Amino acid sequence: MENEEVILLDLWASPFGMRAKIALALKGINYEHRDEDLSNKSDLLLKTNPVHKKIPVLIHNGKPICESLIIVEYIDEIWPHKFPLLPLDPYQRASARFWADFVDKKIYGARNRKIRTAKGEEQEAAKEELIENLKLLEGELGNKAYFGGEHLGYVDVVLVPIYSWFYTNEKFGNFSFETECPKLIAWAKRCFEQESVCKSLPDQDKIYQHALQLMKRSGYE
Amino acid sequence: MEGAVVLLDFWPSMFGMRTRIALAEKGIKYEYKEEDLRNKSELLLQMNPVHKKIPVLIHNGKPVCESLIQVQYIDEVWNDRAPLLPSDPYKRAIARFWADFIDKKIYDQGSKVWKTKGEEQETAKKEFIESLKLLEGELGDKAYFGGENLGFVDVALVPFYSWFYAYEKCGNFSIEAECPKLIAWAMRCMQKESVAKSLPDREKIYEFILHMKKIFGIE
Repeated sequence: MENEEVILLDLWASPFGMRAKIALALKGINYEHRDEDLSNKSDLLLKTNPVHKKIPVLIHNGKPICESLIIVEYIDEIWPHKFPLLPLDPYQRASARFWADFVDKKIYGARNRKIRTAKGEEQEAAKEELIENLKLLEGELGNKAYFGGEHLGYVDVVLVPIYSWFYTNEKFGNFSFETECPKLIAWAKRCFEQESVCKSLPDQDKIYQHALQLMKRSGYE
Repeated sequence: MEGAVVLLDFWPSMFGMRTRIALAEKGIKYEYKEEDLRNKSELLLQMNPVHKKIPVLIHNGKPVCESLIQVQYIDEVWNDRAPLLPSDPYKRAIARFWADFIDKKIYDQGSKVWKTKGEEQETAKKEFIESLKLLEGELGDKAYFGGENLGFVDVALVPFYSWFYAYEKCGNFSIEAECPKLIAWAMRCMQKESVAKSLPDREKIYEFILHMKKIFGIE
């Protein structure tokens, strides 16, 4: 596949963008990374994602693909030979898509922001809910090295960006993920050993500083 | 490929309708089981322990949950007939994008149309129509979103057509007046047996919504 032009419109702190970065890195795809200023969105972003105006947007030979899960599946289908992310079996694919959807609904959902933005009972409830959902994921992981089995797969790529936000949520929520979900932390560290993953995830402390700034701007304590 | 197929469903559910249509398009025989959502069956709780929701597709004893995932599964297993997703990866990404758009916008906006009143309802109606117009734009001059035949996006969207009458009555507006192309598309879909047999009568949906409003205490 010569003369491929691949551009990723992204934001360094976005876990959704990280998914695309990891998938591209695993497949060894050369691409141009462009960080967007969400308070001043580029013409290219507005043109390539007119419906949602959000990042990430993958632009492949001039054609845009939006929504991180769709981007990851697209990358897997265009470059199927290196590091396949989705299994071949339809039932296993359905299962992988189910858990990716679960991650989007329950782990990255808006309610989890309450761990940072809410206080007291509301914050406690948000924490409990997140931990419950992470435990469900631990159950799905079972004794496997990765959700994808012996190698990183679709669900691993979809979930692992939260690792860079763990520290932030722990500081705000005053708890320890390692105590509550040790298997998941072990899994995340295992993923981190892959260069494609650790190169695509920003430093946990940088994320914390970023979250503090966002909170200040939004007027939270 | 063969083997027992069971669908746990609830007759007014647009999500269940998607799976019904996909199964019908592929000509798959299956057992339909109606769930009472106030008294969920053991089977449902066992097959979808995470969300406890319908529809659940059970194929050879193994459950597949989430309607769009079910439609893709059906398309991949019974891949020798009536393809729902295009074969080109870029076109597939576009189809998935619009199905995702429908999931993110249409259901919630439609719900607000019948659940709210006054200003809130006016805003809901406006947003709902805006979303439908975006979909009309995507349809363009094609007979179906899938081109010349029903595709993934058609299957994802057309179930909402059975709820349009109820939305219109509750919101006191005409979707056809605002989005004539989309209504023309919906009626074209209804000509297909797989769609017509999978969608309940619109009066029944309206009755159901009136009943729900009573239960929720909405005027």
